[in-house]
Amino acid sequence: MSSIGTGYDLSASQFSPDGRVFQVEYALKAVENSGTAIGIQGKDGVVFGVEKLVTSKLYEAGANKRIFNIDRHIGMAVAGLLADARSIVETSRDEASNYRSNYGSPIPLRHLVDRVAMYVHAHTLYSSVRPFGVSAILGSYDQQDGPQMYLIDPSGVSWGYYGCATGKARQAAKTEIEKLKMKDMPIVDLVKEVAKIIYIVHDEVKDKNFELELSWVGEMTGGKHEFVPKNVYAEAEKFAKEALEESDDSDEEDL
Amino acid sequence: MYSPSIPDWLNAEHETGTTIMAVEFDGGVVIGADSRTTTGSYIANRVTDKLTKVTDKIYCCRSGSAADTQAIADIVNYHLNFYKMDFGEEPEVKVAANVFRELCYQNRDSVSAGILVAGWDKVNGGQVYTVPLGGMLTRMPFATGGSGSTYVYGYVDTHYKEHMSKDECLQFISRGVALAMSRDGSSGGVIRMACITKEGVERFVLTGKDIPKVFDAY
Repeated sequence: MSSIGTGYDLSASQFSPDGRVFQVEYALKAVENSGTAIGIQGKDGVVFGVEKLVTSKLYEAGANKRIFNIDRHIGMAVAGLLADARSIVETSRDEASNYRSNYGSPIPLRHLVDRVAMYVHAHTLYSSVRPFGVSAILGSYDQQDGPQMYLIDPSGVSWGYYGCATGKARQAAKTEIEKLKMKDMPIVDLVKEVAKIIYIVHDEVKDKNFELELSWVGEMTGGKHEFVPKNVYAEAEKFAKEALEESDDSDEEDL
Repeated sequence: MYSPSIPDWLNAEHETGTTIMAVEFDGGVVIGADSRTTTGSYIANRVTDKLTKVTDKIYCCRSGSAADTQAIADIVNYHLNFYKMDFGEEPEVKVAANVFRELCYQNRDSVSAGILVAGWDKVNGGQVYTVPLGGMLTRMPFATGGSGSTYVYGYVDTHYKEHMSKDECLQFISRGVALAMSRDGSSGGVIRMACITKEGVERFVLTGKDIPKVFDAY
């Protein structure tokens, strides 16, 4: 047997003497290695942005997306292990679909999040399973509750957010998000800010190539979660690149 | 098999061959029903309560087989109690109506049940839904059901008005049920009504002389 570690890190069903569950912390590490994902809740909807790292030029463009539709009105952006994330997406879709067939109306996001978080949490309790190496941001819009957004951690806890970030550059992204007055902003404006933040926090030195993913759900999309239209995407990307160049110029002046 | 010593109604199913009505108004709903349960031509119960509670502010009006509709109401009650525990909030009337529909539709070959679902919730206020024999579901501003309803289509279509007050609704329903009771042999007894609003449920019973007078001098 290997002698690395304290001996309390092999199973999710055992505490360490100081009260930690190492397997869950390792799952968080998996999330920290992933490209950044952010979500911002505005006054009329939620916008998601993902920095999808592309590790080879030989890959087709647009493959392995990290933003998903869960139901007509719910979207999910993920950071972490993509295969684990897809499994959570499937569970979430099942939950949303079951609610629809049982009760004849779309599932309120808070109920979906409660159930998915319970499922994620269950994977931190047994020696026979590994926790999900995923943290997922879920967002929705409906007439009744307006915009809503939550983040679920590998530990199975969930929080409601106005703005959140996960993955590699989450700290830098959070700092940027905090500068925004998102509660008064419509998603047409927010989508540009989201693109900008993803471009700002992207580390050109360590990770060369990335694809920007942008999606939204809000009043103006008719309560449907969808990837932003081509023209909106182009505009947001242009805004982000220009903002980046401006800051680069001013950096040079400082020197 | 023919057996001269046993009357046929002894083996027949109990039916609420009924008149039921429900109407939405600003702030709630008023529901009403007669009180007759029959076994063939025998009146098995003349003071039946066909207005059945499924949650504090959602009721159903039952018509068809008494056994089937009672069982369905019990099952819906179970599901909605579960919903309350699971989600920590009162189910909407729409949700209740969908649970009724699901049960009636999935078992449409074996149950005989025509149900009106009515109640109040904080999202959409007072609502009336009808779940007729095959398990369809529609929301309506007012609805009628049961064998007696066929006699009062003319009455409800001429006398229904939008934006009636609570008292106008009570009168609309009591007169409708009274008319149906006078024509329909399977409807009769007393008139039971209930008004469901944000504040809760208020119940009414009209007996004897309180039942609205309709023409019966043949």
